[in-house]
Amino acid sequence: MSLEVTAGKTPSAARLRKQSWYQRPRFKRLVAMVVTAVVMAQVTGVQGVRNDLFYALEENFTGTGIWIWLGIFLAIWAVREFFQDWARQALARVKAAAAPLPEDGTAKAAPGGLAGQVRRVADGGRRLSTLFRGHRAYQAGGLGALLLVLIMLPLMVSTFWQQVMVDQIGMFLLIAIGLNVVVGWAGMLDLGFIAFFAIGAYSAAFWTGGLPVEPPVELNNFLVVPIAVLTCLIAGVLLGAPTLRLRGDYLAIVTLGFHEIVYLTAKNWTEFTGGTRGANSDRFSLDLGFWSYEWGLDPAPYYWLQLAFIIGVLFLFLRLEHSRVGRAWTAIREDEVAAASTGVDTVRFKLLAFAIGASTSGIAGVIYASKLGFINSEMFLVLMSVLVLSYVVFGGMGSIPGVLLGTAILVWLPEYLRDTVDAQDRYMYLGGLLVVMMIYRPQGLWPSRRRQRELRMSQEGTGSADALGAQPGGAQG
Amino acid sequence: MSTNLDKDALPQPGDAATDGPTPLLELRDLHVYYGAIEALKGVSLTVPHGQVVALLGANGAGKSTTLKAASGMLRPRTGDVLLRGERVDGIKSHELVRFGIGHVPEGRRVFARMTILENLKMGAYRLRRPDPTDLERVFTLFPVLAERRKQIAGTLSGGEQQMLAIGRALMGKPDLLLLDEPSMGLAPLIVQQIFEILREINEQGTTLLLVEQNASQALRLADYGYVLETGAVVMSDQADALLSDPRVRAAYLGEAVE
Ligand SMILES: Nc1ncnc2c1ncn2[C@@H]1O[C@H](COP(=O)(O)OP(=O)(O)O)[C@@H](O)[C@H]1O
Ligand SMILES: [Mg+2]
Repeated sequence: MSLEVTAGKTPSAARLRKQSWYQRPRFKRLVAMVVTAVVMAQVTGVQGVRNDLFYALEENFTGTGIWIWLGIFLAIWAVREFFQDWARQALARVKAAAAPLPEDGTAKAAPGGLAGQVRRVADGGRRLSTLFRGHRAYQAGGLGALLLVLIMLPLMVSTFWQQVMVDQIGMFLLIAIGLNVVVGWAGMLDLGFIAFFAIGAYSAAFWTGGLPVEPPVELNNFLVVPIAVLTCLIAGVLLGAPTLRLRGDYLAIVTLGFHEIVYLTAKNWTEFTGGTRGANSDRFSLDLGFWSYEWGLDPAPYYWLQLAFIIGVLFLFLRLEHSRVGRAWTAIREDEVAAASTGVDTVRFKLLAFAIGASTSGIAGVIYASKLGFINSEMFLVLMSVLVLSYVVFGGMGSIPGVLLGTAILVWLPEYLRDTVDAQDRYMYLGGLLVVMMIYRPQGLWPSRRRQRELRMSQEGTGSADALGAQPGGAQG
Repeated sequence: MSTNLDKDALPQPGDAATDGPTPLLELRDLHVYYGAIEALKGVSLTVPHGQVVALLGANGAGKSTTLKAASGMLRPRTGDVLLRGERVDGIKSHELVRFGIGHVPEGRRVFARMTILENLKMGAYRLRRPDPTDLERVFTLFPVLAERRKQIAGTLSGGEQQMLAIGRALMGKPDLLLLDEPSMGLAPLIVQQIFEILREINEQGTTLLLVEQNASQALRLADYGYVLETGAVVMSDQADALLSDPRVRAAYLGEAVE
């Protein structure tokens, strides 16, 4: 055989260098815009009828709706692609006009016209923001106003939305805040997180006497909360201890298995849990002797109760993030061996993350069970774990405001779509949104600075974007 | 290793280094296993206060294993690790940090996605109240780090990362610094620079146990040296004596045996 044959063909460098038209970013963005327009036409148009699916497609894609949407999105694309320089210059001009005047008074008179207007508005904004930053009183005032809005919120919406806010948004917010500790801060991928939610819910049912078995003493739900927290702490450590050496995909499989164990126990141990037929749970009540109150069917009081729990948890967690504990989690996420060599007890902090996350989920379980007054095993499907994980990733792993925002939006969206699209299609649009988000904004809606940095480094080839699968540690030679 | 090193070079009881007051670190007859593989077959060595001790050996000789046993990352099956005369083997590495052992691991292992400053602050993690002068000290020793304190560690060059790894260990105020091949993969000029800084660190009062393949650099810095081969100490002597020993020169400095 000749050498030429064994060496094979060497592709020409010129051919490899050439970038086809369909590989250009500009074209990719065009496709994304067209797809968005089509989806919007479908979302806002006629919905499919069970026995005539093509009727809706025909109606939506031959009418004027599709053209309006295509027009809007193609215009956005065109502006971005062809008028970018122009837009950038305009933005720069506005920025220059809005820039603060030099202190030395070289430009005493504010320019007239539009530029002057812009500057006056910008100056006002700056004064407001320094005022706000400088004084604790104003900060407290801002927070107070936000709190007031949150408290008034249920009074401004219909009962349907009140139910959604309590049964879905509030509940998922608590769970997502907990999962963020495990996934976002400590970097451990947990796919069985709902197991702890279930443990919390069954604790509530057990201690209020709702399960087929009698508890040693029947307790008020307010007392069940600390017990459920403790139970979930223990369960978190039980899951954490044998999985300490695992990370990334291996850990995900183990947590999935843990969820199945808890779920199947709830489903099949009917003498204890009531299985799929379910069990009752008591409602929250408070008896202070001189004053007593029972939370009833009205969702608004439950909303306020839940809000109090969420604010309490947030208050604790916001402190945690920048404490020694938070720094230890970050170090573990980066490199366990290096973390240990700087004095971080990796075992303890990983267990702590599991335990803290689990107990938050447990609180959510108690509130959920008591709000519905009824639970069964089918409420704790593994799908829920996946959903919560997607909320956390969507909002921005490791960022509390991001997680809150992401959860609120993703839980709200299917409920909102209930009025506009076919009920069984709702989660399809949710899926589409997640796909688009991960392609165009993988760091999430409101990412933490650290996560943003990780993604940037992975694009430059100097680091890994995989927040969950860093080196397992130990093996080095 | 193809050279035959004589058994008479083994450290004898009453060697120069083992005399006198209690040494800072002493390893006695360490046997360390990875599963069934015996990586250390009875290693003994002594690191006196304030000195620089070099640990030389080819790839796979067991140098890193020795350091890991000393810093608590590995637990020896038998044998003692003594710190200031007290047994510390079996204590976990994160606890041992509090006893004043700083380990600069092989391959640097900086926190790649943290900034230089965050890395250094992590180094002071064991201290309840970090001392701001420690940071100044590190920045004086490594001016490169001071200039770039906001830079992400993963984007630093190899030499800068090594400096950061050493600086991070110094932030924990160690009495004894264990260094695993600080010259690995670095240009000669940078190696020179790092060794000069190591000398300065030692002169400021930190004891060093230095694992190296770069024998000439290491022995010129060190007071005393040990040569490791397949998990056992085969030679030990004053550093200048080792440096002029023909067997060491042949094996580690690439010189032909005359
Ligand atoms: N994690 C491990 N598992 C199994 N064998 C190991 C491990 N680490 C090191 N070894 C073996 O132990 C011996 C000593 O390794 P090491 O201490 O890393 O050598 P050196 O640092 O001198 O190059 C080598 O034979 C190596 O293959
Ligand atoms: Mg080594």
